[in-house]
Parts: sequence; C-alpha cells; structure tokens
Amino acid sequence: MPPLPDFIKFNSLQWAISLIFIILLLSFMALAPHTFLHSRIYIAYLSTIPFAGMIAVAMTLVVITGEIDLSFPSVMAACGFAHATIYTATGSPAQGLVAAMAIGAVAGGLNGLLVVGFGVPSIIATIGTQFFWRGLTILLAGGLALNMAEIRDTAFYYVMVGRWFGWLPAQAVWFFLLTAFSWLLLNRHVFGDHIRFCGDNAPAARMMGIPVARVRVGVFVFMGMVTGLSGAMVCMEMASWWPTQGEGYMLLVFAAVFVGGTSVFGGKGTIYGTLIGAVIIGMIEAGIISCGLSGLWTRMVYGIVIMISVSSHAALTKYSKG
Amino acid sequence: MIGYLALYIMTPLIQLSQITKSYGHVSALKGIDMTLHENEILGIIGDNGAGKSTLIKILSGVEKFDSGQMFFSGQPICPHTFSVSSARKMGIETVFQDKSLGESQSIWRNFFMGRHRKNPLGLIRVRHEKKEAMRVLTKLLGMDGVGISPGAPVSVLSGGERQGLAIGRAMYFDARVVIMDEPTTALAVREVGKVLGFVKALKKEGKSGIFISHNLHHVHEVADRCLFIQHGKVMAEVHQKDASPEILIETLMKCS
Repeated sequence: MPPLPDFIKFNSLQWAISLIFIILLLSFMALAPHTFLHSRIYIAYLSTIPFAGMIAVAMTLVVITGEIDLSFPSVMAACGFAHATIYTATGSPAQGLVAAMAIGAVAGGLNGLLVVGFGVPSIIATIGTQFFWRGLTILLAGGLALNMAEIRDTAFYYVMVGRWFGWLPAQAVWFFLLTAFSWLLLNRHVFGDHIRFCGDNAPAARMMGIPVARVRVGVFVFMGMVTGLSGAMVCMEMASWWPTQGEGYMLLVFAAVFVGGTSVFGGKGTIYGTLIGAVIIGMIEAGIISCGLSGLWTRMVYGIVIMISVSSHAALTKYSKG
Repeated sequence: MIGYLALYIMTPLIQLSQITKSYGHVSALKGIDMTLHENEILGIIGDNGAGKSTLIKILSGVEKFDSGQMFFSGQPICPHTFSVSSARKMGIETVFQDKSLGESQSIWRNFFMGRHRKNPLGLIRVRHEKKEAMRVLTKLLGMDGVGISPGAPVSVLSGGERQGLAIGRAMYFDARVVIMDEPTTALAVREVGKVLGFVKALKKEGKSGIFISHNLHHVHEVADRCLFIQHGKVMAEVHQKDASPEILIETLMKCS
C-alpha cells in the first residue's frame, strides 16, 4: 500500500471534525429541508457565529501555549463598557473600538503579569481577573445597561457589523480575516512556532533561545485584544451594552476550541479545527428548533456532539501514537 | 603523526583550568582541567554523582562556574555573561536528553526551532526548511527514509533518531562543538548503533564533540580520548590509540 500523503496522515483530527460537521449538516438538511436548503439560515449564522468564533480562534492560541483564559467573558463586558462609554462621550464608534481593544490589551497584560510574573497557574489567575473585571465594570456602570440606538446611523457601524451588499453580515468578513490572520500567525510566522514549542516543551523552548515569557504574555495580550474587538462588535450589533455581557460565551468558546481538536495539554491545535468547532456549536441551536424539536433539547444535543467529538479526538490521538 | 602533533600546536577549541562549582555546601566540581581540540571527540566517563552533569551545564552555559578559567578558541570566557545563547553563538551546542525537542511538533519545526529561515514578509520558508531538514537527516546522517517525512511529528521517531535530529540540527547550524549528554542511555542496541553512527558523522564533518556516558563500550567506539571524572575531579586520561575497553574498565575501577 502506498504511504498516505502527509496532509491526510498527520491531520486526522481535522478530517474527523470535518466529517462530524458534514454529518450534522446533512442531518439538519434531511430533517428540516425547509430551513436548511435555503440561504436565510446560513446568512443568520454568518451574523451570529463570528462573535464567539473570534474569541475561540484567539483562545486556540492561548490553549496551544499551554495556558487557559477564563476571564474573557468579564473582559468582554469591560471592553464593551469602554466602547459604549467612549462612543457616548465622543460620538465616534471607531474611538470606542480602539478603547475596547486597549482595555482588552490591558486585561491580557494583567493576566500575563499574574501568570508569567508571579507564576500563578493561568486557570487560577484568570478566575481572579474574571471577578475583578466584572466587578469593576458593574461598579463603574452602576449596574445599569447603556443604550446606543443612534450608533446604527454611523458609517463605522456599517463597516463593522452592517449588512454589506444588503445581505452579507460584515462581522463574518472580519471573522474570516481574523481566522486567516491567526492561521498565518500559527503556521507560517515565528511567533506561532514559539507558541507551539512553549506549550509542547517549555524547558526545551527556553534552551533553544525562544523567549518563553514574552511569548506567553504576548498570547494573553492578543487574546485580550480579540476579546475587546468581539465585545465592541457585540455592542454595535445590539446597539447597547448590558452588565452581564459575555456571560453566555464561556461554554460556547471552550466547546468550539475542544470540539475542534485542540489539546488541553498544550502544543497541539489547529485554527481550522476551531473554525469548524465554532460553526458546529453555533449551528446546533437553530438546527434543533427548525427540526421541530423544542428548545429544551439544545443543551443535551450540545452535550452529545461535544462528547462524540472529544472522544473521537482522544481515540485518534491514541491510535496515531501507536 | 604530523596530524597528531598539529593538534597540540593549534589552539585548543575549549580549555578549562581549575574550574570549581558548588551548590551550597556541596562542591560538585573541585578543580577540573580539560582540553578539547578541533575535530576531536572527547569521551567523559564517570559514575552517577561524579560531576558530569554539572560539567555539561557549565560548558553549555546553563550554570555559572565559581572559580577557574574557561577559554574558547583561546578567548577567555567571563562566567557572569556566559549563557546558553552566548554559548550557542560561539558554536557550542548541547543535546540534552529531554530538553531538546518538542514531541508533538513536526520534524522540520524542531529542526529549525528558534532559528527559522524567513522570507522578506517575515514568514517562515516552510518548503525550504522541509527540504533542508530532510537533506541533513538522510544524506548527512544516513537516516533511512521509513517513517521519516518532514511533516511527521517527532513522536514517530525512535529514541536514537531523536538524538540524530538534535545532532543534525547542531551540525546544520554550524556548531563547532556538540555536547551530548548520555545520548545512548535508555536506548535499544540497534538504536545505540545509530547514535554512534551520528557521532562518527559529526567527526567526519569536521566538528568536535563531547560525549558523556557511563557506558565504556559506547565511548570507546567513538571517542578519540577519554577523561575519567570522579568526586568532581579528573582522575585519569586515556588516548584512543592505547585503549581497549578492558583498559578503560580497569581505569574506571582504579578511579572509583
């Protein structure tokens, strides 16, 4: 038998997740042809999936580095609040976005300081910062939501979350660009290479001259900035900010990353896997409802899909080690 | 004979004199004298706790020595500024047993780890790197092609092949000295043969090497000269031309 080409042999997890995605999509098409054979549902997906999807892509880099960031739902609220406040004060949504991403970078830097500077394991450090950012935001906002209905009239709104050509949700384009950028970063840039080795064997990375501390801080800062971007875009899409913003994202983001085949032990993971993972997680709810099942089913189906995906990844990983 | 004389006329590549190192009250090295010549494989033999690993750490820049002098190509080395990265810049590269490779990463990524070739856009030249890595592994080191493709993760390589990858990487990046820390320990017999072959390839390429081991037979097969270390001191020196494994064993017995 001729040896399998590399791209099949060494990407079994990506093939597995693609297969799961296709099976899921075909079953939705079979069970709900009225919905899934028309473009409307897909355009709806293009408007809903990107917000959690962008964060999941950044989280993939964090997890490959061997770290984890549990603070992002609160950082998202803090960044959204910064966006709403600056927009209200200046009338410029672009300045609001810059403020949101700056706060995100600060939050990422704080996580990096705790993890790299003080040596707190990231799973613990980011529980702390998760409370801190939510608490600070609620305190500053006085617990009240902010309404920004007139943001819909700005050109910047159209650029970030408008419907291009009358149908294409702009956030899908930004999500695609961020995904492509992250793929390049992870697979073709030295920073991505450093990320892999930091997560795989940090002492070896240090021996080979990789600036491990700087790489870990950098990944947290990148994560924070993407969280800020997503937070600001959610505010624009909804034309409002509310104090519990981001709370529903925790499970969606981690489910997308791990369904996508990224290893919780670091060193292994793909942007493609997370992209498919985010799409799978993002399409389940609407899929179930259009199949005629009640919304009560959603959580259980999430559970089943996640269990099947992570089990097949584990089995494939074991198999490929021989 | 002339070649042999030339060795001693030329400046030695590495020279240590009266190097000491202690950890708290425990003195690991009590005045080590050592010379490594160009294109020489030096075997360092010693029992566990003899001071071998401390010596490697000092040579590779991981640890700083307390007193004594170290010269590289005749240049004195300052113990305070000497580090792993400055050692590598000078051409001293160390192959540590488990600190050299990222197991889940591909062979080509490991080969160029920390030293990637970039195009003007700052992106890694993946195709070029894959080709170069395979060239060194198959042509220079003579690894056979089975299972070895540049995109394969290092975890598919055998223990000996992993040592080969790290040694080949050092050769490719113009290391002048490759320090190998117990490269044959915990390997199957066939794998040991491979690693000894890589060490011979290293010598053939004109490089020098320091081969640390407690297996006399392995050292005997590749080393030009052997130093016996015990209790933090060099106890004996044996040249390859007048050594048999039996003489080495005898020397080791006398030292300990």
